[in-house]
Amino acid sequence: MSLLAAEDQPTLADFGGDVWWIVLIKIVGVFGVLVLLTLFAIVFERKVVARMQQRIGPNRVGPRGYLQSLADGLKLAFKEDIMPAMADRPVYFLAPVLATVPAFVAFSVIPLGPVVSIFGERTPLQLTDAPIGVLIVLACSAMGIYGIVLGGWASGSTYPLLGSLRSAAQMVSYEIAMGLSIVAVFLYAGTMSTSGIVAAQADGNEVSFFGLEFTGPSWYGVLLPVSFVIYAIAVVGETNRAPFDLPEAESELVGGFHTEYTSLKFALFFLAEYINMVTVSALAATLFLGGWRAPWPISIWDGANSGWWPLLWFFLKVVAALFVFIWLRGTLPRLRYDQFMRFGWKVLVPVALVWILIVATMRTVSREADLSAGQVALFVGVPAALLVLAVLLVASRATNRDTRVAAVKAAAGSTHPTDAEPEVLPPAGPRRRPAQRTGPSRAEGGFPVPPMDLAVPPSPRLRRSESVAAGTVVGTGRRSTTTIEEDGDG
Amino acid sequence: MNEVVIGTGEAVVFWILGPIALAGALGMVLSRNAVHSALWLVNTMLALGVFYVVQEAPFLGAVQIIVYTGAIMILFLFVLMLVGRDSSDSVVETLRGQRVGALLFGAGFAALVGAGTARATRDLPVEGLAAVQGGEGGAAAGNIDAIAAVLYSRYLLAFEVTGALLITAAVGALVLTHVEREAGTRRTQKELSRARFLTDRPQTLPGPGVFARANSVAAPALLPDGRVAEDSLATGIDPQEVTPMPRPTGREQLGSPDAALGALDPTVSDVPGGREGGEHR
Repeated sequence: MSLLAAEDQPTLADFGGDVWWIVLIKIVGVFGVLVLLTLFAIVFERKVVARMQQRIGPNRVGPRGYLQSLADGLKLAFKEDIMPAMADRPVYFLAPVLATVPAFVAFSVIPLGPVVSIFGERTPLQLTDAPIGVLIVLACSAMGIYGIVLGGWASGSTYPLLGSLRSAAQMVSYEIAMGLSIVAVFLYAGTMSTSGIVAAQADGNEVSFFGLEFTGPSWYGVLLPVSFVIYAIAVVGETNRAPFDLPEAESELVGGFHTEYTSLKFALFFLAEYINMVTVSALAATLFLGGWRAPWPISIWDGANSGWWPLLWFFLKVVAALFVFIWLRGTLPRLRYDQFMRFGWKVLVPVALVWILIVATMRTVSREADLSAGQVALFVGVPAALLVLAVLLVASRATNRDTRVAAVKAAAGSTHPTDAEPEVLPPAGPRRRPAQRTGPSRAEGGFPVPPMDLAVPPSPRLRRSESVAAGTVVGTGRRSTTTIEEDGDG
Repeated sequence: MNEVVIGTGEAVVFWILGPIALAGALGMVLSRNAVHSALWLVNTMLALGVFYVVQEAPFLGAVQIIVYTGAIMILFLFVLMLVGRDSSDSVVETLRGQRVGALLFGAGFAALVGAGTARATRDLPVEGLAAVQGGEGGAAAGNIDAIAAVLYSRYLLAFEVTGALLITAAVGALVLTHVEREAGTRRTQKELSRARFLTDRPQTLPGPGVFARANSVAAPALLPDGRVAEDSLATGIDPQEVTPMPRPTGREQLGSPDAALGALDPTVSDVPGGREGGEHR
């Protein structure tokens, strides 16, 4: 297939011929890796979010608090197992299992490394692969929806039902965007098997730019940036993570689909969510970030892509992707449901479709004109990207024009710069009964306003600090402390 | 004629999954609860997907699972859940003798189809799918290439017409369910907020309180002392009588902390609406 893809690179023919104990070792290994990564991800998430919120995070159990999630998991197992009176028993029992099993199965096609030697047997570091490898992940994520939907339905309670209805609509629509984003990768790689896609990202693209020879990047995250972005957004919706965690929006739905679940059943849902996160991170690394292959400066070293080293690069990429998940959760507020669905159907899916069209056209042109992928990217992709960026810039300035004008006028001192005050509407129909008026009446004009002669009493905190010497150090809530000098007449 | 050769693995998978698929089909017909029926059907579809994979059509298997179980059955479930979870079938037969008729016709149809298929395929030579689907890359290139080659050359027109049909159906459904609204008739959030602040109660109305026994709009919320919260009355609906909450069973036997304190029985809430609330209906 290529120059650098050496005999270490597994092909489809390498799978299916393993001895039974190798298969057993691989299965146990994948299971252990997933459980360990889940434990790690939970404590990592809590620590990272804590840092982002200027807290410390868990620091009690184990060295620096890193065994916290293990302790939590043990604690969950010993909690009381509650079966709600209104629950549909078999389905209630089945739902967490249905959520967890596909999550584990999906990881079986993720390539963790090249062909290595395990106790003298040469075998690829991947449980299995198929010509339809990536579709197995998609099928598993489709099956994982059932766990959430049925869990909410079987609880026999209102909030779980609402959460599961939301999740059904959400996961189905974001799975479409996710599937479409992967299509471009299939077009470029020419295969759907995960090991084949990693192999296709092995070599850099030879680009000659007016006599200047250099090797461009080969990661599909760089070559197909739009696909990568759509994939990244869609999997956040697919895994129900913030800011798309509407099925378990605790401010609206208590706990969402798992409100009624306790003990091990709840633990299974929790496990499934984090395993799904790990799986889509691993799939992102495989499809877009070169899989287990070493990133550029390391890949100059010849031994980087052989032996057991690729495991390290792979898990570094996975942890980086997990960090992005956590970063999003620590940064973005939750979307409103209608905005969320509109974004999925009216932005992500059309953009993905147009992008597939562009990619297919570029593939055809490059094949007809006998150009290499790197040349196409350089001579077509870069100008197209610049054009799109320019259009986006102009469009965003055009849509923001009113706001900008308003900001300028507001800076000049006008309070309602954009338009005249709209007429105030009458109250909305005869809905409310006339209530007895108690207390002071509202000001004319609608909004409650404070009395004009309001005198703000002096802050008790200031009064207290007068007894202390002036110029004391006062904590401001930030990590640095500031010295506040108080005037004498304060 | 070729000899039919079925590998051990395939035979094992068949004898395990065949009964499972059949049980799913029977369960779908026989279960009373609509959601259980849907789940049995999912079971059968999954078994079919595995069968496709075993018979060297992995792409078909994956598509079966992704499209049928992952999308279509989820939509079925969605509708069933909206209908409600108590929508079990009634045991009363509305059409007299329909079960017997359905049994007869079902058996007859199965016999017809089975006999027809058996007759039509009796003398056909048996070939594995791997032998048939040799595309450009041969059987090694596999199922995907073979399907793509057939789909985009020989059946291209049928494929495109099917796509057009589906799009027409989707757009038609959208058009039929779309409600045309005149532009600007819908009040914006800002206008609604202004209108709300003109009333005496800018905050939300009280919902059914902690002592309320229903979440129907007709049932007023109760204040902690058992009176009706007037603000929670809906307009245009006669308010329901609020029956007082029955004591949980076992309270008398166990003895309540209220009883220990003296008479704290809900004497107020037996008059819905309380004394001050008076003639509110």
